[in-house]
Amino acid sequence: MDAESLLLSLELASGSGQGLSPDRRASLLTSLTLVKRDYRYDRVLFWGRILGLVADYYIAQGLSEDQLAPRKTLYSLNCMEWSLLPPATEDMVLQTSVVKGRFMGDPSHEYEHTELQKMSEGEKVFEEEVVVQIKEETRLVSVIDQIDKAVAVIPRGALFKTPFGPIHVNRTFEGLSLSEAKKLSSYFHFREPVELKNKTLLEKADLDPSLDFMDSLEHDIPKGSWSIQMERGNALVVLRSLLWPGLTFFHAPRTKSCGSIYVGTGEKNIDLPFML
Amino acid sequence: MGDPPPDPEPRPQQPSSRRSSQVSQRRSRELSQPPPTISEEVPPIAFDGRVLQGGQGILASQTNLQDWSSGPPLTQQEMFQAEEAQLGGVEYPSLNMGFQPQPYLEEGGIQAARNASLMLQQLQQGQGSLFQQLDSAYLETQPNFLGQFNMYQGEDLQFNQGAPHGPYMRDDPALQYSPSELGFMPFNMEVPEPEPRELAVQNAKAYLLQTSVSCSLSLYEHLVNLLTKILNQRPEDPLSILESLNRTTQWEWFHPRLDTMRDDPEMEPTYETADRQKALFLRSGAAGEGEQEMEEEVAETAVPNIMESAFYFEQAGVGLSSDESFRIFMALKQLVEQQPIHTCRFWGKILGLSRSYLVAEVEFREGEEEGEEEEVEEMMEGGEGLDTHAEEEGEEDEEKVTDVIPKPTWKPPPVIPKEESRSGTNKYLYFVCNEPGWPWTRLPHVTPIQIVQARKIKKFFTGYLDAPVISFPPFPGNEANYLRAQIARISAATHISPLGFYQFGEEEGDEEEEGGAGRDSYEENPDFEGIPVLELVDSMANWVHHTQHILLQGRCTWVNPLQKMEEEEELGEEEEKADEGIEEVEQEVGPPLLTPLSEDAEIMHMSPWTARLSCSLCPQYSVAVVRSNLWPGAYAYASGKKFENIYIGWGHKYSPENFNPPLPAPIQHEYPSSPDVMEMTDPTVEEEQALKAAQEQALTASEEEEEDEEEDEDEDLED
Repeated sequence: MDAESLLLSLELASGSGQGLSPDRRASLLTSLTLVKRDYRYDRVLFWGRILGLVADYYIAQGLSEDQLAPRKTLYSLNCMEWSLLPPATEDMVLQTSVVKGRFMGDPSHEYEHTELQKMSEGEKVFEEEVVVQIKEETRLVSVIDQIDKAVAVIPRGALFKTPFGPIHVNRTFEGLSLSEAKKLSSYFHFREPVELKNKTLLEKADLDPSLDFMDSLEHDIPKGSWSIQMERGNALVVLRSLLWPGLTFFHAPRTKSCGSIYVGTGEKNIDLPFML
Repeated sequence: MGDPPPDPEPRPQQPSSRRSSQVSQRRSRELSQPPPTISEEVPPIAFDGRVLQGGQGILASQTNLQDWSSGPPLTQQEMFQAEEAQLGGVEYPSLNMGFQPQPYLEEGGIQAARNASLMLQQLQQGQGSLFQQLDSAYLETQPNFLGQFNMYQGEDLQFNQGAPHGPYMRDDPALQYSPSELGFMPFNMEVPEPEPRELAVQNAKAYLLQTSVSCSLSLYEHLVNLLTKILNQRPEDPLSILESLNRTTQWEWFHPRLDTMRDDPEMEPTYETADRQKALFLRSGAAGEGEQEMEEEVAETAVPNIMESAFYFEQAGVGLSSDESFRIFMALKQLVEQQPIHTCRFWGKILGLSRSYLVAEVEFREGEEEGEEEEVEEMMEGGEGLDTHAEEEGEEDEEKVTDVIPKPTWKPPPVIPKEESRSGTNKYLYFVCNEPGWPWTRLPHVTPIQIVQARKIKKFFTGYLDAPVISFPPFPGNEANYLRAQIARISAATHISPLGFYQFGEEEGDEEEEGGAGRDSYEENPDFEGIPVLELVDSMANWVHHTQHILLQGRCTWVNPLQKMEEEEELGEEEEKADEGIEEVEQEVGPPLLTPLSEDAEIMHMSPWTARLSCSLCPQYSVAVVRSNLWPGAYAYASGKKFENIYIGWGHKYSPENFNPPLPAPIQHEYPSSPDVMEMTDPTVEEEQALKAAQEQALTASEEEEEDEEEDEDEDLED
């Protein structure tokens, strides 16, 4: 959610039950403005909170002018001092996919993972158990990256693509209408499109290239991995991801306010197909 | 005012260099009125000035602003007329006819009003024939089919200067007549040849004005609307949002705002919910009873102080927003008024796919029996009676058949009876609703089998209580039962209180009761002093469970299922009382009530509870918060003498391992081997052939022997 509308956004996203305590909110308001100044970001988003056993991580992201450019991620343990996280790479994701369980809450904590590696000594090739140390920071980076790629949501029309390439925030976005807000097809993944090129020409003909340049949530697998609800009568539409429980996206139809927040343990819900 | 404002309309085909042409373009024209409205006209204050020669810079700027005043664009004929008028050197103001107040007009109108005084002066100085010309200007209008929709005035494409043409105005015979004589002007009056450039401009404008069959909006009008909008709203950096503005302007044209008298169908559910919630806030009863009610209400009510709990939980970063909490409070108050409730508590919120559940934990007053439960039980007993009856009939039929079909040896496991109300898992009653203001629904009591099955499955709640739960192993019940079972499990696992808040009552019985089951009731400790927050956070031994642990059986107090089974066996006739009847079933024992949390089992080297101070910056006023790692979403806070539990989440247990659904049961054996029925393998082909060969050999051997014997006999006979 945008740091500028933090209080309102937290209020609207509170339906999922997890939010921020007043002291954290106050610290965030101050520290995020400072982050924006120091790092010269165009927009700062408060991404959410990952619950650890000992401490929680508060994550923020900074965006530049081009909304779809890779974002810089920062984390903090006390909402005051922010540290920049390295960008995620494929190796990191691969490496941390073996780590299971909760986050500890200590960024220097190392997970130990034993795996069999082929070692060769001279002519002999044998397998040996090697203990690989994986830092929690790496795991944090890859989890945030996975969550962003999988479930970051933006409503249709909030961003538009200029002919020169960069994606801008649409200042004339007035919000989705009520009938549109209840459909999953009006929400897009906030990431580079993956399935767009697979669409047939007929489908593409109906799309508007300046607005429909991202994948919609409609074709997510498994089907039904999004729970879409109207709260407060029809005054607020809330999308909750079932694949990464804890991610809440809210939007007040016919208004500009929208945002998403992740408050959870940072673990994927692999049992999703059984649970639907 | 001296600077000519920028040209509002993009006119690429016009020569822009000539100031005179610019000036002429900026002249507002107007004038034509669709004929039906002429008679209603009251000339409004706004005047359009026609600029004569290029010197009238001031007027030019003013008229530019008046461009926004309404009026249909000129047709070719009108433009010609106007040209005539101007070239004639006569300046005459033309009235804006039929100016219905339009939204974009205001600016133009105000400016025009200022100009009006100027115009009037000029008018007075004008020639006497001015008014006559004014009148005729009305009539020279041509019917304009675009009519009132056009907010923009047509532009006058005249050049005002150096025109070699004569004073067309005067030549026009129509002008000499009074309005009453003229009536409609026929189209084909004598019209002199216009200049080629003017013709080109007129053609261009006509092209822009055309509409197509599929769309009644011409490009001209659309551009007018767009630029009007931009000028009125003055957004920053309009070029960057030009496309969006374009799109929205078009959209607005085709989707005019609804009439205020009509209801917006999309907003119906919002209003409905708002109405329901309004009912929550209104006090029941007439105003006259207001005082009495106040007194009654100030006394103790069963409704808990939700706002206080919400405040403390907010310190921990948990809970719904404060207005939502208040609405829940009002909804609970409504529940207390409707049902005979002794104590009530907000248990929490369970999220579902389409809707969520708000759960209230309630205890009825003494003696209030739940009628629903009895009805359900009666139905079940009736069903059982039918079953036994059918069994008996079946057995009679079987006896008549000579070939006795072996009876299956499988017997369903004995049904474990559910716990009584107000004890064990059914200690409290639960009411659910989807949103505050909607009616509360009561959940049925939970049976042990439901809890046992609920442990084996993991399903999301849809939000509809009567939805079926499709799973393997099949869940005995619908979503209401599954919900109740999960609530029971969560309550049993995560309801905790600071050590010492509850104590065991002064009972005469010892702990050596039946099977060491322990006590199952507690009461508040009046001498509870409160534990310092830091201690609560440090050690988990300072917290205790105050709900009973649910055994594997699905109950809190153990019941030997075999005893019941023996009773059933007495009723049955030919049931085999073989091995099963005498199985030893171990009594299940769980941790006793009020066990500290430090005794809880770990999950994969991880403590099942996480305790924190709510605010590390001000520990003096913090609250101790405990979060469950086993049931994500379960929180408890304690501060001083107050504590509370809440659950907000999806309603599932955390397990580090993947969920593995149980495999189907192994295939049952058909018959046990007995002398009657013995299973043997069929002989293989080789064996059969070998046997056949052996038999043939034996046959040939016996034939040879016979032949030998016959030969011997023959020989004997011959001798």
